[in-house]
Amino acid sequence: MRGVFNKTLLELARKDPRIYMILADIGYGEIEPFRDAFPDRYYNVGVAEQNMTGVACGVAMEGNIAVTYSIANFPTLRCLEQIRNDVCYHNANVKIVIIGGGVSYGPLGVSHHSTEDIAILRALPNIVVCVPCDTCEAEAAVRAMIAHDGPFYYRCGYKNEKDIHDGSIDFRLGKALTVREGTDVCVIFTGPIGYNAKLAAEQVQREHGISVRLVSLHTIKPIDRNAITDAARNIGCILTVEEHNLSGGMGSAVAEVLADEGCICKVKRLALPDVNVSLVGSQEWLRDRYGLGVRGIADELVKLSGR
Amino acid sequence: MTFRETRELADFALQVRTDCIRMTNHGQSGHIGSMLSMTEIVTYLYNRVLHVSAENPRDPNRDRFLLSKGHAGACVYAALCRLGYFPEDWLMTYYRDDGKLMGHISHHVPGVEFSTGSLGHGLPVAAGMALAAKIRKEDHRVFCLMSDGDMNEGSTWEAIVFAAQQKLDHLVGILDYNRIQALGFSKDIAELEPLEDKLRAFGWSVVTIDGHSYDALEDAFAKLPFACDKPSLVICRTVKARGVPWLENTVKSHYGFIPDDKVADAIAGCKAFRDTFVKEAV
Repeated sequence: MRGVFNKTLLELARKDPRIYMILADIGYGEIEPFRDAFPDRYYNVGVAEQNMTGVACGVAMEGNIAVTYSIANFPTLRCLEQIRNDVCYHNANVKIVIIGGGVSYGPLGVSHHSTEDIAILRALPNIVVCVPCDTCEAEAAVRAMIAHDGPFYYRCGYKNEKDIHDGSIDFRLGKALTVREGTDVCVIFTGPIGYNAKLAAEQVQREHGISVRLVSLHTIKPIDRNAITDAARNIGCILTVEEHNLSGGMGSAVAEVLADEGCICKVKRLALPDVNVSLVGSQEWLRDRYGLGVRGIADELVKLSGR
Repeated sequence: MTFRETRELADFALQVRTDCIRMTNHGQSGHIGSMLSMTEIVTYLYNRVLHVSAENPRDPNRDRFLLSKGHAGACVYAALCRLGYFPEDWLMTYYRDDGKLMGHISHHVPGVEFSTGSLGHGLPVAAGMALAAKIRKEDHRVFCLMSDGDMNEGSTWEAIVFAAQQKLDHLVGILDYNRIQALGFSKDIAELEPLEDKLRAFGWSVVTIDGHSYDALEDAFAKLPFACDKPSLVICRTVKARGVPWLENTVKSHYGFIPDDKVADAIAGCKAFRDTFVKEAV
């Protein structure tokens, strides 16, 4: 996904001279084509994320589109107040991009896990929170991000994500995408963890005859209320799946919609528990360990469906 | 500077000081000392330096002025009001329910470039604006007025490094160096001295002046940029709560407003301070 992000941004930057990249010394092996193509629209401020975000805000307020880019929490939590006060309050056209959402950088440890970002960023006014799930969504999301006028948070995966969508998609911000139809349980996922949800859905169909609707909620803010209420009213059973702390993330956002809309239905949120993920292991190992592997998701689907 | 020019500026500053005293008293807000210490700086900038106009506040060619010490925003509100950016009756809504003017400086007010209130935000954004202008070869300048407390923030120093690296010589930092911050005297909390040396070592060109002297302000701002390819910093030595003798240079002045029974006396102090300019000019 990281490669698709950079390739697409570069393509868009060729057509749109307003696009700048403001970096904080992260991006080796990925950002060089942009740097070489647009040396006067590429700035590495050094390891200084607060300044990166402030400078990006200043650049954006002069009529440009400024993309900040780094890994995990560096361009979000390290400079959260700059995002809140400078970018969001002024509705500045700054795009905040992280590489390595969730526990993509598994064995690097807690400092490199982005597991509270959705909760924190979606609490800010004016910002779009977008979490593409595969390369197909990743490319479409870059285009949507640049076309959107205003603050934008783009939570990118890392590399080698597997495709979830088959073929082309009609990607629109704030409009969830149905990956497959089903009638017994609706799985709403966000991000590359959706691939495990997809395999789990196929497995429970095969083994238990459970029919699963699979929905990619790529935009968490603004949220697709219709997709959520439709699942509640027509299926009556929702499982949310995300690679994020259980508190305040996508599952919480879905539950808020259900509460506000007065929907009565079974809901279960699958996410990382409210702990610092200090176990050492790869992304896939950590997912398994915390119930977000294919088996864990399949087990929840069986429990929820009552089969 | 001629006698008449000095008198005009001193009269404008007296009006701004009087407005600040009345606004903070009516709003029962704080930071009166921070406003009074930068009144000459704001007066001089808006009347002699900044290319801005009330008729076209969003003119793309305007100079950008960011107040990083947003807690003293009432001083800028007063100046903008007296320059015709918004009606006079807005002033007494400062800090009040359903008011037009919020406590920390807000871009929702005509003429205000950027909202601040948390320290350390102004200079990075100013540097970004200056960078954008430089790339597009626009010749407007970007000014950022900071405080002792601002200079404590790591983000300010990140921007200091960045601005020098990018040779932003149309970026002008101004420091209202009154040497007092929230809990005490700066020298006892996070001493910045030797500040000129530090900034020069960081690649800036620096002058230190008396921030209450129009002649000194004129002399400094006429020389901008102080050096080719370097950002400039004007360190303005000031006195917190300048104009109200019994409040001057006190930590307390950072917080309170001047109570009803002392407003007249405080304004009288500001008038006397205004008169010193006229006498000196004679």
